[in-house]
Amino acid sequence: MGDKIFTKQGWVESLRGLAGDYMVFVPVKEGDMYAFRHLDNDTKVAFDDYHNTRMSPKSIVYPQSERMFEYSLDKQDPDCNILKEVPKTFAPQAIVGIRPCDAHAFQISKRNFDTPEYRDPWWVQRYEATTLIGLGCNSPRSTCFCTAMGGGPFDEEGLDVLMFDMGETYLVRALTDKGEAFLGKLNGGRSADKTDREAALRLSDHVRDGMPDVVPVDPIRNKEIKDIFDASFWDDVAFACLNCGTCTFLCPACWCFDVQDEVYGREGDRIRNWDSCMFPLFTLHGSGHNPRAKKFQRVRQRFMHKFKYYVDKFDDGFQCTGCGRCVQFCPVNIDIRDVLRLMSDEPPVRLSA
Amino acid sequence: MIELTEKIRDIAKKLLKDGTVDVFIGYKKGSVPMMNEPVLIRNPDEADLLYWDSNCGLNLCNYLTGRTDRIGILATGCNSRSIVTHIIENQIRRDQLYIVGIPCTGMIDHRAVNRAVGHREITDITESDITFTVTGKGFQETFNKADYLQGNCKVCRHRNPVEYDEMIGEPVEEQKGIEPYSDVKNIEKMSCDDKNAFFRRLIDKCIRCYACRNACPLCYCPTCFVDESRPQWVGKSIDPTDTMTFHLLRAFHCAGRCTDCGACERVCPMGISMRQFTRKLNRDAEELFSWQAGLSLTERPPLDTYRSDDYNDFIK
Ligand code: SF4
Ligand code: SF4
Ligand code: SF4
Ligand code: SF4
Repeated sequence: MGDKIFTKQGWVESLRGLAGDYMVFVPVKEGDMYAFRHLDNDTKVAFDDYHNTRMSPKSIVYPQSERMFEYSLDKQDPDCNILKEVPKTFAPQAIVGIRPCDAHAFQISKRNFDTPEYRDPWWVQRYEATTLIGLGCNSPRSTCFCTAMGGGPFDEEGLDVLMFDMGETYLVRALTDKGEAFLGKLNGGRSADKTDREAALRLSDHVRDGMPDVVPVDPIRNKEIKDIFDASFWDDVAFACLNCGTCTFLCPACWCFDVQDEVYGREGDRIRNWDSCMFPLFTLHGSGHNPRAKKFQRVRQRFMHKFKYYVDKFDDGFQCTGCGRCVQFCPVNIDIRDVLRLMSDEPPVRLSA
Repeated sequence: MIELTEKIRDIAKKLLKDGTVDVFIGYKKGSVPMMNEPVLIRNPDEADLLYWDSNCGLNLCNYLTGRTDRIGILATGCNSRSIVTHIIENQIRRDQLYIVGIPCTGMIDHRAVNRAVGHREITDITESDITFTVTGKGFQETFNKADYLQGNCKVCRHRNPVEYDEMIGEPVEEQKGIEPYSDVKNIEKMSCDDKNAFFRRLIDKCIRCYACRNACPLCYCPTCFVDESRPQWVGKSIDPTDTMTFHLLRAFHCAGRCTDCGACERVCPMGISMRQFTRKLNRDAEELFSWQAGLSLTERPPLDTYRSDDYNDFIK
């Protein structure tokens, strides 16, 4: 299928027509922030004014809290103490308007949840049921550094469809079979012609060329783990850190979880919750020993995982997409770009005021 | 603001040089507008990193806990009250501290400013005495600082530090005619069901990141009750009842200790008005015990005092 052109209004109407086929998520404004919510008849879709959602869309595939198993503790119950998988449905869903950085993040998480040895059944099934319809970024923020992380404001990796915001219209391009199938179900639109396609290319080239290339990452790849691990700057980096869950919970590429049993009377659930390497509890052993008992060790872990361990293990990119959420919302302004500069032996930008 | 920054740097340099302190805790300029970063200065050469403006709304007292060295620390009114609270709760010794008091005219509410510019990206902020100007791609707007103060700063009655070794500049005039608890009174008027609904709505976006708890100087327990697993007091998922349990218990742990510094509210990534949980307790402490936290190094807080001549009968 060739590229298609939809008027902005026509696009949203067509999406509404998909109700029977997909659960469609779109960005909406809620108070001071944006979130992906179900599209229904009176949803005010925020494609035009939103930069990105506060929480990444990772929760649509990987919820913050998820019941995995349930069990009975009732001795009379013949199934007492037997874990049973909680029934779930994995109906087709689409995240429309996802930014390329957040789509890229699913490719990163896939390395963790879908490996040759282990496949996380819930993540994989939900991911496979999800079609990602990206919206290229016409005006990236100053905190975006996707190009340094191997992505870009119109990057196609991980997307099934890419939308170009052409002002009055969207140019919509299928990138995968999943994307073709999605567009095949949509009514309306017209075929894009050469002029449309050239305008889209000009737009994406122009935006991409304007992206700052401020984050040096290659030197990290070539350094020894120990040299970065033992570097003297970690104490300073960690000083202000609150060890909160903001950076890791907002991050589209952070995947860690914790498993908890919760019992109500004679019934119990086994739940998994997002966890954060910033929390002291994260590495607390049953013995009481904590290998990362100190704050700087936890802070170091976050950056080492994203930019060294991940790189050494997979040799393909970083565990970060440069979405900039942690830069914008770290409550004490620990700026990952500055930390990257330190890890690469470059002075951070804020040497003095 | 520039003069204050210069003075802070000079004082820090002097203190570090003459050995009065081992380290100095202040702020450095943030990499994004309206977000300054707490910084630990170890030697005089680094003192030029220090910075001051109306975006220093965290509570530096939070960084004192457990330190064994001699510390120079910058303190506004509320920060100095939290330091006093830390001292009377034996979290730091007075003689370890050199408190550099800074009279405060309030901190800017970054959320309100973002709202005022329609959430367009602000890339720079500059400040004069009573106004500030924000700039972004294709816009520049100037606001009166008084209209964009953090909620706690709007009702602050202790802008001047209460405890200090040295004060930067002249004391500022305290705000007059403040109605400090009108928000609490509005909630008190609600029915039980409405109150319940109000607080449930307040936290419906909470992601249990604990930034609020961790930014608060009062939360220094070695293991917080929410992190405890043997016994486990509260579930760790985002179940609304568990989340509410966290919030209510955290608030009660702050009773009679909270200085309304606003750090918890400032740091929340989901924009939750965290102070709503502690305000009523602050008012009760004030009405029932004539107590505002952190004003005195010698008086014990109401919740750790027993008096045989207490006028309340129930305690005798
Ligand atoms: S780096 Fe920032 S967001 Fe992350 S844990 Fe530390 S204070 Fe929280
Ligand atoms: S910029 Fe921060 S939040 Fe975004 S992917 Fe990288 S680490 Fe995660
Ligand atoms: S509860 Fe909030 S306002 Fe009160 S002292 Fe703690 S951080 Fe400050
Ligand atoms: S900072 Fe906000 S989101 Fe995080 S735990 Fe506190 S109230 Fe919840």
